[in-house]
Amino acid sequence: MHNWRWEVFLEPAQGGSGATYLDWVLVGLRMTAAVSLCSWVIALLWGSLMGIFRTYPSKLLYGLSTAYVEVFRNIPLLVQLFLWYFVAPEVAPLGLGAWFKQLHPNLQLFVASMLCLGFFTGARITEQVRAGIESLSRGQKAAGLAMGFTLPQTYRHVLLPMAFRIIIPPLSSECVNLVKNSAVASTIGLMELAYQGRQLVDYTAQSYESFIAVTALYVALNLLILLFMRWVEKKARVPGFMGGGGR
Amino acid sequence: MYEFDWSSIRPGLPFLWKGMKVTLYITLVAMAAGIALGTVLAILRMAKNRALAWLSAAYVNTFRSIPLVMVILWFFLLLPAVIERIFSISRQEDTRLTTALVTFSLFQAAYYAEIIRAGIQSVKSGQMGAALALGMTNGQAMRLVVLPQAFRNMAPLLLTQTIILFQDSSLVYVASLADFFGVAGIIGTRDGRQVELYLFAGAVYFVACFILSSLVKRWQNRLKGHA
Repeated sequence: MHNWRWEVFLEPAQGGSGATYLDWVLVGLRMTAAVSLCSWVIALLWGSLMGIFRTYPSKLLYGLSTAYVEVFRNIPLLVQLFLWYFVAPEVAPLGLGAWFKQLHPNLQLFVASMLCLGFFTGARITEQVRAGIESLSRGQKAAGLAMGFTLPQTYRHVLLPMAFRIIIPPLSSECVNLVKNSAVASTIGLMELAYQGRQLVDYTAQSYESFIAVTALYVALNLLILLFMRWVEKKARVPGFMGGGGR
Repeated sequence: MYEFDWSSIRPGLPFLWKGMKVTLYITLVAMAAGIALGTVLAILRMAKNRALAWLSAAYVNTFRSIPLVMVILWFFLLLPAVIERIFSISRQEDTRLTTALVTFSLFQAAYYAEIIRAGIQSVKSGQMGAALALGMTNGQAMRLVVLPQAFRNMAPLLLTQTIILFQDSSLVYVASLADFFGVAGIIGTRDGRQVELYLFAGAVYFVACFILSSLVKRWQNRLKGHA
């Protein structure tokens, strides 16, 4: 039988810095939150831009964004992470590789994980944004243009404000996926939750307690995101559209 | 500039193929077992019995809210002891592949279940009613009338999920099982040619998944055309 010892979290961790094992878990939680947040910003910005390109009347932009989506959706996340961390610094042009290599090792792990998760999630968001724009009736775009807006203005003032509100639910599940996917960064050694969980197992041999704590924190993070996004969804509801209604 | 040297790949091909067979084995077994279990879960989820429906929902939601990496770590912590006891295998024996098969089957079942549930719900309720009116039992109506139509509608989605499974199987890396990507890593580290091997692995995954997903997309459009 397993010898349960929950008090292990309050014991001082090896290494003598005075930190407890609970602190290790919290460091992991903070790292998971940080890397997820930074990747989310990249994914949202880049994914929106590419999503617009996917619907823009330009062969070049359409081809570019389509190629991006296909490449990033058809290579496993783990492989992409290794490409960012081990391969990109070797082959990157303009001295970017050299710049990356002189960073602190922990920062290298963070930057590679952030870019990897950001562009991986961005490909999914691209498709959501495209679907959102395509779901609007054609009259919206025509009306914008007829009002004398240029095409970029039509996107900015007519299409995007509607499209983004429609795709909030799929975006929130992408956000949850992003947090879950960030656990993959433990494979290169980023000190996020899953990594810290494994460290705890190695140092304390209390595998069940460590894994339960880490798993529970992932679930809690996901619930937090879903609650937050539900709140955003309520705030951003368009009156008279999709059950929005007045007050 | 980095100087590429691709000479490690040709002699490594037999070893890489061995790894690819592990990847394909995990993918195909987890697909078959996952769809079978997923069908059971989907039917239970819609059962009149509240307890069964709740259990199925709990199973699906639990797996879907935990990162796959953590699920793999959990199963590799728990399962080896269980497998050793059930099949009375000695501790020296390698149970990693069996553990991986069970893990991916159970995990994917949760994702397949949601697709299959949507598929069953997409079949018009008149179909079930007609089957019952013809004197079929509930089980017969499900098996002979509803499920065949449901599977036809959702086959493309099931295949898309299988492509994701094929990609996700690379995560057995955390259990240091030598699948296709694991072997690429081993060769790359041995020869100091990680850059080339990782690029090669990425290219292979890309070509395979791109072709498969294009075929699935075409099939999906054809199904839509028939409807």
